[in-house]
Amino acid sequence: MAARIQVPSRAKRGEIVEVRVLIQHPMETGYRHDDVGHLIKRNVINVLSCRYNGVEVFRADLSSGIAANPYVQFYTVADKSGELEFYWIDDEGQQGSERQSIQVT
Amino acid sequence: MSRAVAAVALLFFAAAAVAQERAIPLDQLKSGSAFLGADLVSLQKDEFANPGMLWVERGEKLWREAAGRKNLSCASCHQDAKSSMRGVAARYPRIDAESGKLVNLEGRINLCRGRRMGAEPLRYESEDMLGITAYVARQSRGLPIEASIAGPARAHFDAGEAAYRLRRGQMNLSCAHCHEASWGKRLLSETISQGHPGAYPAYRMEWQTMGSLERRLRACLSGIRAEMLPYGSPEYLDLELYLAWRAQGLPIETPGVRR
Repeated sequence: MAARIQVPSRAKRGEIVEVRVLIQHPMETGYRHDDVGHLIKRNVINVLSCRYNGVEVFRADLSSGIAANPYVQFYTVADKSGELEFYWIDDEGQQGSERQSIQVT
Repeated sequence: MSRAVAAVALLFFAAAAVAQERAIPLDQLKSGSAFLGADLVSLQKDEFANPGMLWVERGEKLWREAAGRKNLSCASCHQDAKSSMRGVAARYPRIDAESGKLVNLEGRINLCRGRRMGAEPLRYESEDMLGITAYVARQSRGLPIEASIAGPARAHFDAGEAAYRLRRGQMNLSCAHCHEASWGKRLLSETISQGHPGAYPAYRMEWQTMGSLERRLRACLSGIRAEMLPYGSPEYLDLELYLAWRAQGLPIETPGVRR
């Protein structure tokens, strides 16, 4: 699963930083039928989480209503230098992860 | 004095007769972006959130990936796409000098793969084809469309214009009925655009994915209940050339975001 993640590489301590995530995924709703009338099984990214130095700072439970290739944006407070780890999983069990480091001064 | 004016007028009319007449004058051309809501315009401009960038990144990887019998990548010959591919997409479709045939960007990439790399052609609408065309076209972002209709391209241009003006399908409509005579008017909830190709390959909300210009043409044909031709058909190529000429000077916007 291709993904784009944007975290500022540097921030001041206590600063509110914007985190942006874009993941390539069909987000199959489970409501559509294929060409011969069979229901297409739901397959969406159901969890997207972000840990900042091991502590979960953001978590989203996604479902059928989210468009394909979901874009998620959230904010967190720059606390310490370290890593943001992103993790997501879809209904078929396919997982994705990504890491970005941030330097806090 | 009046003789001079008459001479100038005569020259002017002669020039007008030679130059192809335009149904929408150049100064009234509007890119598809002009018909979008503010949300999609800002999404297209956003270098990070524009979902088409997922395909551009895929294309960037593919550019450096060796393929085929000769184990060459695009970069083996063309090096850095940022300079070598700048402006290229703005000049397509164009005549391939070796075969004398009209090719679009997809066709050119597959010719390169066949002749130089000894690689299998990429299929239309495959993730790889969308990726590599999006990546190549992106290098021309902001540059004006400048397709040549001179020389051997002329016959294709004329065929393209005929295809553009041909009534088809159960609704008996030509491209011109909507995109020339009725642009700016409403079709159900949508505003009809002038039908310019500069955004493609583009991310369409309706598709929830990236698609080529030919996919968009097929969607129009389906909309007027006309026969959809197979991808890469000569008639599409001619039509693409006509569309490029018609959009002369509009910027390439790939990866565009459309409704």
